[in-house]
Amino acid sequence: MVLDNIEKLLEKYENGETSLKEEQQLKHYFTQGTVAPHLEMYKPMFEYFLVNKQERFTKDVPLKTKRNFNYKWISVAAVAVLMLGFYFGTSIYGSDLGTYEDPQLAFNEFSKSMEMISEKFNTGASTVSYLNEVNKGTSTLGYLNEIENATSIIFKN
Amino acid sequence: MTQTEFLNIVLPFKDKVFRLAKRLLVSREEAEDATQEVLLKLWNNKLKIAEYKNVEAFSMTMTKNYCFDKLKSKQAQNLKIVHSNYEEKNTPLQKQVELNDSVSWVAKIIAELPEQQKMIIQLRDIEDYNFDEISKMLDMSNTAVRVALSRARKTIREKLTNTHNYGVR
Repeated sequence: MVLDNIEKLLEKYENGETSLKEEQQLKHYFTQGTVAPHLEMYKPMFEYFLVNKQERFTKDVPLKTKRNFNYKWISVAAVAVLMLGFYFGTSIYGSDLGTYEDPQLAFNEFSKSMEMISEKFNTGASTVSYLNEVNKGTSTLGYLNEIENATSIIFKN
Repeated sequence: MTQTEFLNIVLPFKDKVFRLAKRLLVSREEAEDATQEVLLKLWNNKLKIAEYKNVEAFSMTMTKNYCFDKLKSKQAQNLKIVHSNYEEKNTPLQKQVELNDSVSWVAKIIAELPEQQKMIIQLRDIEDYNFDEISKMLDMSNTAVRVALSRARKTIREKLTNTHNYGVR
């Protein structure tokens, strides 16, 4: 008999001994409509299980394809830029300042520029000559020694 | 692995993850967040998915752990509103209607079960997992699962019988 079977299954069910198939049988019986009056209280339980199973997760999950940006390539680019900078930099500010072919002409130019330097240097040095005045001043301070002589004489006695 | 491949793996059990999370965290929003978190974690480790023996069981375990973390952190925050100092004399109409609905009674009863039994009822009676899978997901022995399940079922039945016999309190 069906009811008998159900009761047996219920007992097994409560002991946690039913297989999934037997549980399906129970679920089927209790959600079918007609349930024996003395088993009525099981009905909401199985109904609840059934209803609960219908709940769905509806939220969207933002799956970003994670772009793993490789920082290695940044350093490679930086090195490349540096190298280019050195390369072009040296060619632009290269050592090409112009040369003289004729040694005599070169000597003339050199001595000319040295003359200019010494001229400028001398004008600079002449302005410093007033420092001699300071020397004069200090030499006149020499009479202070006289005072010292006098005091030493006094304190000796 | 492309998005579609990933979705094909994840789709069959994402609802189960969500329902388990909801069983533990109660609030729908929290459960949605938890599910999202779990799926994102899977996605970020998509290269390792092939190594997992059972992605579904793995995700369920992950969900369980995540929810426990959530519950723990909530307790630590002490954000519970406990109103134990007063008792409402007459239950509001809304509540009465709710309680009359015996199906939602079951939800209430399950909510009162210990966390572990809650999960086992969820996994067994709602999601129809077999004992081996459950014991793997929850990291318990097979018999422990059976015992807990039996206890939970008996509690539910007792409480249901009470409400059935005496009506709504």
